[in-house]
Amino acid sequence: MSHSANGSIHYLNHAKGLKSWLFTLDHKRIGVMYLVAVSLAFLAGGILAILVRLELLAPGETIMTADQYNQSFTLHAVLMVFAFIIPAVPAVMGNFALPIQLGAKDVAFPRLNLASFYIYLIGGVIVLSALINNRIDGGWTFYAPYSTSIGNGVLYVTAGVFVMGFSSILTGLNFIVTVHKMRAPGLTWNRLPLFIWSIYATSIVQVLATPVIGITMLLLFMEKFLHIGIFDPALGGDPVLFQHFFWFYSHPAVYIMILPAFGVVSDLMGTFSRHQVSGYKFVALSSVAIAFLGFLVWGHHMFVSGQSAVSSIVFSLITYLIGIPTGVKVINWVQTMYRGSVQLKSPMLYAIMFLFTFSIGGFTGVMLGVLAIDVHLHDTYFVVAHFHYVMMGGNVIAALGGLHYWWPKMFGKMYNEFLAKIAALLVFIGFNLTFFPQFIMGAQGMPRRYYDYLPEYTFYHELSTYGSWVLGAGLFLIAGYLIASFFTGKKAGLNPWGALTLEWTHTTTPPDHHNFHDTPIVTRGAYDFHLAKHLFEKGGEVTELDLGGDGASTHHAPVSNEPVA
Amino acid sequence: MAHSPTNQPAHVKHYFVSSEQQFDAAKMGMWLFLITEILLFSGMFVAYTVYRSWHPETWTALSTALDWKLGGLNTLVLLASSFTVAMGINQIQRGNQKGLLINLVLTFVFAGVFLVVKYFEYTAKFEHGLFPGAAFNPHGVSHGFDYASYNVPYGPQFFSIYFVMTGIHGFHVLVGMGLFAWITVKALKGRFSAEYYTPVENCGLYWHLVDIIWIFLFPLLYLI
Repeated sequence: MSHSANGSIHYLNHAKGLKSWLFTLDHKRIGVMYLVAVSLAFLAGGILAILVRLELLAPGETIMTADQYNQSFTLHAVLMVFAFIIPAVPAVMGNFALPIQLGAKDVAFPRLNLASFYIYLIGGVIVLSALINNRIDGGWTFYAPYSTSIGNGVLYVTAGVFVMGFSSILTGLNFIVTVHKMRAPGLTWNRLPLFIWSIYATSIVQVLATPVIGITMLLLFMEKFLHIGIFDPALGGDPVLFQHFFWFYSHPAVYIMILPAFGVVSDLMGTFSRHQVSGYKFVALSSVAIAFLGFLVWGHHMFVSGQSAVSSIVFSLITYLIGIPTGVKVINWVQTMYRGSVQLKSPMLYAIMFLFTFSIGGFTGVMLGVLAIDVHLHDTYFVVAHFHYVMMGGNVIAALGGLHYWWPKMFGKMYNEFLAKIAALLVFIGFNLTFFPQFIMGAQGMPRRYYDYLPEYTFYHELSTYGSWVLGAGLFLIAGYLIASFFTGKKAGLNPWGALTLEWTHTTTPPDHHNFHDTPIVTRGAYDFHLAKHLFEKGGEVTELDLGGDGASTHHAPVSNEPVA
Repeated sequence: MAHSPTNQPAHVKHYFVSSEQQFDAAKMGMWLFLITEILLFSGMFVAYTVYRSWHPETWTALSTALDWKLGGLNTLVLLASSFTVAMGINQIQRGNQKGLLINLVLTFVFAGVFLVVKYFEYTAKFEHGLFPGAAFNPHGVSHGFDYASYNVPYGPQFFSIYFVMTGIHGFHVLVGMGLFAWITVKALKGRFSAEYYTPVENCGLYWHLVDIIWIFLFPLLYLI
């Protein structure tokens, strides 16, 4: 156990060398390694997105052939979905913050945690190896029989997705057990940070849904490799069965992507509004409700697949139901801001941005759940715009908020707040400029996945491509000042945001190798600001750990690494 | 509320506050893993149900191609192995390391017998061209029976599902053998006691699941 009075020894520097990272069992270091890996996946997927948009700047062939275009958007989707969005928030921020928020010294299975990181890497390498001498197109959904009739690239991608699924399962399993068994004394379910609640709900979906994509990918692999005739109609198989299997995972997977974002936004709303999150229990349980309902709506992806009309109607009705728990959350977040005292720091800007972009994504989702509208809009840019408003406007915006929120705790450095606000503005403008025109052209009939289009759509495609540049500039600016913060950033205080969860109130910045010297005893809820007035006595920034009340633990406590103002 | 690691038995990891917490966490993790296994197999059971309900005549006809005597023998072998692994846990709970060791070795042997029987079943099928999917080509005469009569519509689907389901199940048996080899080595070193036998308990849970899946596979594929 490494402690020093000036707090200069922490999880980042208590052991040095590459080996101390590659073989670490520390959840915080594993979180940082995930951060590097998913950022690289996001960069690769993002560059492909910029190229796809560039091709669509004008009708006809612009910078790539139709074939290259098909491969680009397919790889963009596979990388973004499986290698970036699914692991991004749970594996990076969940790994870093969840055990500390629980008052635990680590997750329940640290070795499994490290294993899941390497499984993720191996899966990613298998997917990328499809690029060498092989081609993979036709989108991330791998619909049979097309996927079994194209080149061998699909073998690599299905194998890679299968392997990455194990990583997702093991992370989810680890978090469920950690939340159940490792909570600090006094940390009841009703006091849990909402981030924990949503990661918990996410983990349930990961554990229950991911095995199904596993077997689906395995069967598709064997369909391609051994021609087993389960999905291929030429051999007597049923391609619609593949769609059922695929969406039985991939619709719940949408909630694997969005539920952690809800958690981040809930934490940000409470912290930066300096107020108990309104309807705490409703917000917490709505995550579980969404996780549950998410398993019953997969058929709304298949309204035009030939499934029975009765199925379509039932799936459509259940799809509307999901709007209820989601609406509960959005209304409670707005209420929290209304009743609180909002601090417009950069993480909060992303939370507020999320309210706009995610709500648009959510509402258009309910629209697409309407049978008559979906038949018209199916496979158009309207759908593309809808899921980008949810995936990017929901998950990525919240992930950026979470990254800005936890960055000072992760690395002990503050980034440039002014540049952060400029970047947030660029991301907001760029994002909407990229995807809002896609709603309009989609409603007018522009089909998705085409590399060419009729000249009538040129105006909207131009707007969308310009937007992608603004968005890209914003994201590169973020990468720039975050990296710069290592060299020029001001040293971060213990609790620069005045948050009340344990990672801010009970451990140093950056956290100690074992998180806490003594197990914290929790005496209030995650957002009970009215019970923590003593922390804010000096006004503004909180610079002391909250260890009052329990005299026995104070002399063991890690000491502030920031001179008290 | 300080929990000093020095008060704990050696097997308790530093991030757990007690042996009970560690045992409960490991057991809960195993149950969650078993749920993922059930969902993995459920995909194949759905495929089975779909194709069986579409082509019941094919499935009734081709289930006779499977040898119910060998399947039945394997069912008994697996049931016996489930009994021995449960006895092993029972023995170590009473602190009997020798009893644990005997039962672990017996379980390992039963698992091996299962795979040997499965090997003979598979080769007998391959000999007469009963392959999954596109390679399906029943031929040859054995004991006066003409295998070409198995050449019925959707026959390939039956054998695809038979080989995929029993193949993935067989892979789980193989993994189980690896696990039992590993904990047998640990048991030989005297690592387990009445206070600490978590890996034995968890491998036992896994093994019961492998057994139960076979209990469903056997009647669905061989008998009906």
